[in-house]
Amino acid sequence: MLDALWLTLKLATVSTLWLLLLGTPLAWWLARRRSLLSTLVEAVVALPLVLPPTVLGFYLLIAFAPQSGLAQAWQALTGSRLAFSFSALVMGSVLYSLPFVVQPLQAAFRQVPASLLEAAATLGAGPLDRWRSLVLPLCRPSFLAAASLGFAHTVGEFGVVLMIGGNIPGETQVLSIALYDRVEALDFAAAHQLAAGLVLFSLVTLFLLYRSSGRWSVRT
Amino acid sequence: MSEVGLDITLARGDFSLSVDTVLPDGAVTGIYGASGSGKTSLLSCIAGLLRGEPGNAVRVGADRLEGEGEWLPPEARGVAYVFQDARLFPHLDVAGNLDFALRRRRRPGPGLAEVSEWLGITGLLTRRAGDLSRGQQQRVAIARALLSGPRLVLMDEPLANIDVSGRRDILTRLARVRRELSVPMIYVSHDMAELAELADHLLVLEEGRLVAEGPLLELSSQLELALSHQEQAAAVLRAQVAEHDPDYGLSRLLFEGETLWVNQLELPPGTSLRLRLPARDISLCRERPSQTSILNLLPVRVTGIEPGQDSRVLVQLAVGRQRLLARITRKSLDALELAVGDDIVAQVKSVALLNDSRDD
Repeated sequence: MLDALWLTLKLATVSTLWLLLLGTPLAWWLARRRSLLSTLVEAVVALPLVLPPTVLGFYLLIAFAPQSGLAQAWQALTGSRLAFSFSALVMGSVLYSLPFVVQPLQAAFRQVPASLLEAAATLGAGPLDRWRSLVLPLCRPSFLAAASLGFAHTVGEFGVVLMIGGNIPGETQVLSIALYDRVEALDFAAAHQLAAGLVLFSLVTLFLLYRSSGRWSVRT
Repeated sequence: MSEVGLDITLARGDFSLSVDTVLPDGAVTGIYGASGSGKTSLLSCIAGLLRGEPGNAVRVGADRLEGEGEWLPPEARGVAYVFQDARLFPHLDVAGNLDFALRRRRRPGPGLAEVSEWLGITGLLTRRAGDLSRGQQQRVAIARALLSGPRLVLMDEPLANIDVSGRRDILTRLARVRRELSVPMIYVSHDMAELAELADHLLVLEEGRLVAEGPLLELSSQLELALSHQEQAAAVLRAQVAEHDPDYGLSRLLFEGETLWVNQLELPPGTSLRLRLPARDISLCRERPSQTSILNLLPVRVTGIEPGQDSRVLVQLAVGRQRLLARITRKSLDALELAVGDDIVAQVKSVALLNDSRDD
C-alpha cells in the first residue's frame, strides 16, 4: 500500500511538472490568439472534462500498443516498452489533467492588461522580460491554483489508468487502482483505509489551495 | 542635436493618419487636436506600439528608430511614454516601479533622487501603486518614464484624469522637468490652456492631418485656425516683470513697451514670462476711455477681422510684434466701424499668468 502511495505522489508530481511545462505556453497562446485553430485547440484541450475517462484510455491503449508507431518510436528512443509503463501513465495523466491547468492559466493571462505590457515595453522590457517581470508575478496565484488542481486531479484519476496502466504494483498500481483492487478482493478494511486516506488528502489539498490563494484571478 | 524627424502614415479602416515634419531641437512640442484626430495613434507609431505603413520614418537626432527598412521594437527605442492612465505595475511599490525603469535603461539620464524631488514623490517610495491618488500615480508614472533614460518623452493627455489642483501641481513640476532636462518632449492635449503652459512648438492635428505647425506664440493668435474660434480661444504672449507696487498689491509687466498690471508676483524684475489673454476678455474702444475701472489699456492696431459662428467676430490686434485676439459682437464691430489698419484701444479684463521664470 505504501508502494501505491509513493507511486501516486510520484505520478502526480511528474505529471504536474509536465502539465506546467506544456500548459503554460499553450494557455498563453490560447489567451492571446483568437482564431479558428485556437478555438479548435481549446475544445480539444477541454475534451477530458466531458468525455468518460475510458474513452481517452481506450484511444491511448491503442496508441501505446507495441505495434503502434508511437510505441515503436518510444522503444527505439528509450529502449523500453511503452505499454503498461510509468511513462505511459504520465502521458495519459497529462492529457487527462490538461484542462485543469490550461483553463485557470488562460483565464489569468487574459486578465493581464495589454496596457501594462505596453508600458513595460516603452520602459525597455523585451517580450521575455515582460513575461518574467510582469505576467509571472501577476499570475502567481493562478499558477499555484493550476498546479494544485493538476496535482490533485492526477491523484484522483482512475479510468484512464485502469485502461492503459494495468495493475502492476510499484509500476502502475496507483492508489485509486489499489482501492479498486481491494474492493474486488473483498478486503474492505484496506479499502476503507485507502478511501479515507484519499478523501483526507483531497480535502487538505483543496483547503490549503483555497486558503493560500483566496482568489485565482490576477492581482490588480 | 536632437531634433525629431517624423514621417508617419497609418491607415486603419476609415481613419488615416499622415504626418511629415521635423520638430525643433530642445523644444517641447505640443500636439493639439480634438479626440479622434489621431494624436494617440501618432504617439503609438513614434513609440513603436503601433506599426504604420512601410516607408515610415522616426528619427531622434542622429538615431534612426524606424525607416529605410529598419523598425526598432518599443523596448529598443528609448522612447518613454506617459499614458493618460498611469499604468503603474500593481505588484510593485512605487520604488519598485521606478527601479523597473532604472534597471533597464541603456543611456545616461537623471538619477532617482533628482527625479523624485522634481516630481515630489520622495515620500511615496514605499507605497503601493493602488494606494495612491490619481495625481500621485501620474507623478510616479512621469518619474518612471524619465528614469528610463529616454531619447524622447511622449506624454498623452497626462492630466486628463486628474482634478484641478492636481493638474496645477503637475504642470508646475513639468515646467521644472523641462528646465532641468534637455530631452525633447512631445505633449499631446485637447486643452490649449495646458499646451500654452508647456509647449514651445505646436502641431495642430485634424482628422489625421497636420493643419498647422509653428511656434505656439504665433499659432495661438492666427485667425484662420479653428483653435482661435473656440470659446476659450486666447493669445499667448511674452512679457517681462518691470516693477512691483506693494501698496496696491500689483506688479507691472512690460509688454512690447506697454504696461500690463497683474496681481503682485514673487518674481524679480526682468523675469520673462508667458501670459494668456482670453479673446472673450478683451473689449475694444475707438478712443482711450477717460474713466474706467479697467487697469489694462493697450494701444493696438487691427490686423485682421474674421467672422465667427453666430453673432460674434474675432479681431486680431497687433501690439509691437505680438498679436492679441478679441472676440466682440458683430453689432459692436459695425458700431465702431472697425477696419483693418485702424489704431484703437484694447481693454484687457483678465490676464492669466502661465508658468513663471522661463528664460526664453
